[in-house]
Amino acid sequence: MEIKEFIENFAAQFDDTDASVFTPETVFHELDEYSSLIALSIIAMVDEEYDVTLKGDDMRAAVTIQDLFNTVKAKAE
Amino acid sequence: MAFLQIKNVAIVGMAAGVPKQVMPTISTTSKYGAEDFIATTGIAEKRYSNDYTTSDLGQAAVEQLIADLSWDKKDVGALIFVSQTPDYILPATSCVLQNKLGFSKDCYSLDISLGCSGWVYGMSVASSLMQTGMIKKAILIAGDARKQCYEEADQLFGFAATATALEYQEGAEGFQFHFGTDGSGYDAIIKPVGGTRNQVTAEDLIPKMCEDGRMRHNFQTQMKGMDVFAFGITTAPKSIKKLLAEYCLEMDDMDYFVFHQANKMMNEKIRTKLKLPEEKVPYSMTHFGNTSSASIPITIVTQLKDRLACGKKTNFIGCGFGVGLSWGTIHFVTDNIVISNLVEL
Repeated sequence: MEIKEFIENFAAQFDDTDASVFTPETVFHELDEYSSLIALSIIAMVDEEYDVTLKGDDMRAAVTIQDLFNTVKAKAE
Repeated sequence: MAFLQIKNVAIVGMAAGVPKQVMPTISTTSKYGAEDFIATTGIAEKRYSNDYTTSDLGQAAVEQLIADLSWDKKDVGALIFVSQTPDYILPATSCVLQNKLGFSKDCYSLDISLGCSGWVYGMSVASSLMQTGMIKKAILIAGDARKQCYEEADQLFGFAATATALEYQEGAEGFQFHFGTDGSGYDAIIKPVGGTRNQVTAEDLIPKMCEDGRMRHNFQTQMKGMDVFAFGITTAPKSIKKLLAEYCLEMDDMDYFVFHQANKMMNEKIRTKLKLPEEKVPYSMTHFGNTSSASIPITIVTQLKDRLACGKKTNFIGCGFGVGLSWGTIHFVTDNIVISNLVEL
């Protein structure tokens, strides 16, 4: 499981935010486009791509994309 | 493993009762407009009126169905009422309805407190009671309606109560079920006060601003949307696959997959995970919203009535999932079933 691929999958859930914005350090809750609907798309993406079930608390606890990646990685193992 | 197979019982009819009043989807938060809400949830409008209880809608549906089936009321040996909006905390609403419907006093009556998975559970209870042939006819009512006290009009949930008529038929294929429960998610969908755990105080009725930008008080249903979404998209496909595998049923042999009508985003995710074509997955949520335990039968009544009138055997998978957390999947076959016209009050 690679962070680069995770960021690409993460970025694909956004329509208007430029792909260059997404890095491991991105504080995704602060992105203008981020909303509870985008959060659902991310949960669905993680379910589909990594077979991991994220909860609302996981989404809230993660500050950066790296944090969320770490959570998914830990749950996948 | 919570699998169950019941033979010698068949569904012979279905009906649905809804309020006449149509409520179009409006925006109730500054975060989203109505159009965004409709695009995501698929819910353009729903039936909504505080003039009728679940049992009022259910009673009307049962009366219509019994008339269409030409049943004699005194032959109904069991009445199961699945709802989380009963008429009273006690007595059980099924007891009240036994009398209102004019059913015999020799009637087994039972309430079941479940939501989105409730119709599937109700089917298992009714058919289990009937499988030996001691009870020949039964009615299952499933649905939810009416707010218990003032709250902001909900955009997701519509009011409905459905009636399903079951008959003992020796040799009938019956039903196969898979069930599951995960009580660790008990608070994912919860009405926190009003039971004996948290008793109601005056303060509980004061609406407070919630995380999603909506005002709610403690005596109304609260939902952890992300948790419920994650639960639905993972649990429903797994339950359906387990049922098919256990009973050697082929996905391609199924004519329709009728899911609990949660919302379009969740249901479409479930459909694509199972690689199902759109025409096999009917939706009633567009016009009726999320109707809790009524959602599987109301989808059949409102979306498939004409297609089932052709008189050929039709294979169904029904899958309900939600509050509890609780889920259930059923396989059933219909053959010339009576579907009443939508009953509007």
